[in-house]
Amino acid sequence: MNWYGVKAIYRFELARFFRTLFQSIASPVISTSLYFIVFGSAIGGRMSEIDGISYGAFIVPGLMMLTILTESISNASFGIYMPKYSGTIYEILSAPVSALEIVLGYVGAAATKSLILGCIIFATAKFFVSFSVLHPLWMLAFLVLTALSFSLFGFIIGVWADGFEKLQIIPLMIITPLTFLGGSFYSIHMLPPFWQKVTLFNPIVYLISGFRWSFYGISDVGVGISLTMTGVFLLLCSLTIWWIFKTGYRLKR
Amino acid sequence: MSTQTAVDSMISVKNLSKVYASGFQALKDINLEIQPGEIFALLGPNGAGKTTLISIICGIVNASSGQVQAAGYDIQRDYRSARQAIGLVPQELSTDMFEKVWSTVRFSRGLFGKAPNDAYLEQVLKDLTLWDKKDNTIMTLSGGMKRRVMIAKALAHEPRILFLDEPTAGVDVELRREMWALVRKLRETGVTVILTTHYIEEAEEMADRIGIINKGQIMLVEQTRSLMKKLGKKELILDLAHPLAAIPEALQSFQLSLEADGHQLLYHFDDQAESTGIPLLLKQLAEAGIDFRDLHTRESSLEDIFVQLIGGRA
Repeated sequence: MNWYGVKAIYRFELARFFRTLFQSIASPVISTSLYFIVFGSAIGGRMSEIDGISYGAFIVPGLMMLTILTESISNASFGIYMPKYSGTIYEILSAPVSALEIVLGYVGAAATKSLILGCIIFATAKFFVSFSVLHPLWMLAFLVLTALSFSLFGFIIGVWADGFEKLQIIPLMIITPLTFLGGSFYSIHMLPPFWQKVTLFNPIVYLISGFRWSFYGISDVGVGISLTMTGVFLLLCSLTIWWIFKTGYRLKR
Repeated sequence: MSTQTAVDSMISVKNLSKVYASGFQALKDINLEIQPGEIFALLGPNGAGKTTLISIICGIVNASSGQVQAAGYDIQRDYRSARQAIGLVPQELSTDMFEKVWSTVRFSRGLFGKAPNDAYLEQVLKDLTLWDKKDNTIMTLSGGMKRRVMIAKALAHEPRILFLDEPTAGVDVELRREMWALVRKLRETGVTVILTTHYIEEAEEMADRIGIINKGQIMLVEQTRSLMKKLGKKELILDLAHPLAAIPEALQSFQLSLEADGHQLLYHFDDQAESTGIPLLLKQLAEAGIDFRDLHTRESSLEDIFVQLIGGRA
């Protein structure tokens, strides 16, 4: 293993995050605070409890997931897209680093950034609502698994994108709607039976459900299914990246 | 530079071909051996295949067929060892503009699997007169300085082979001469340098050997001196006192041609031959009553040879 290579990519990517620290942290913190103010305090105050949890506390796992999903995709896709855009990808491709090492560097850094932000959102939520975590280790496991799998997904988008528009289109047009419709702000049991069935095709449902279970011990779908679905998504992303490096798709001519 | 096992060829290319997805064949059955410690210039017009060849050797482009070894290592099977031996300065100024000089060279060294060695990197930056710019972001540097940063990045992991793809494209004369001096200095430390260039003068000035590539094929590989000797021509130019309409019958046995509307008489000769024929020509000119005001000789440049080769075989 070329650990120096992995470390170089990892540190380079984190340095970019810390160089724009205010922007990196302020934006998700402000938007999450707004969610808490609007949904938690303004609207949430008029809503009844869901499964014995106050509405403000109920949305905490969903909001954390929303940030982690979007930040993981955004950081990882930007991380690999920028060298392609600026031409510096030549250095990565000509270096003695394997596909695994490249992915470890980029995806590891993107997942780290998301985890840092996840922790910050967690701390921010504490300012607005009172909640506790029933299964902290499972919470951490879901957090890490989600950050990793969606960073892998972001890496794929970054390789696939050949312009800034494409870089934004999947997070904006697919991921954000799926997250909003995946039970971030409600339990899927609140939906009519037909839409409950439809929503099961949304993979984000399983992530949010599992994550919420780690907080409060309540879930829309079984925890085992949530973990399996997350694992399947991780595997699919890993296989796609393996194929990308094997064929050189949009990396090598 | 790093001490490694000696190899017969620093770069060995065998039957290398590249066909892009579009169907364009960029390289056709290339065979090339580059010796350790030499400066090798790859000359060719735009689209000849120079950059494709370099990109394949460095691992940026996949070959369609053929084998390549760098420093004795197969670029596919032993890609780590092969790539660790290579430093690449690409044609484009592709750098992270927001990075500082120091952090970007440290990044390059780490990326190529080398433990940190700040003393070595300091020396590299000093050799490239970049040391006082080490804390500057790259975007604040001039074009010439950015080019040096690219070289520093390529040298950061102590490579045994350095590829310079059009190293002096777009740089001023002073910097170009500085680059040449740097390349010579690198060669003294044992680094094998392969450069592609459009500037014939550059190849003539620096290269031990020259390879000419056109339309994806290596047309010739020769020692620079012997190439000049073999294909170079010498000409004697006589500025005539009175213009000639045609070459007189008595002088037909000489390789003569008329230029400048008959005001100049050119005599092509081989200066390596036992006799150049110049004294005899001058004698016969006097006998034919042809006066001249001035005479001088001219040696064909590598550029003439290049144009002759490319033009002849294109």
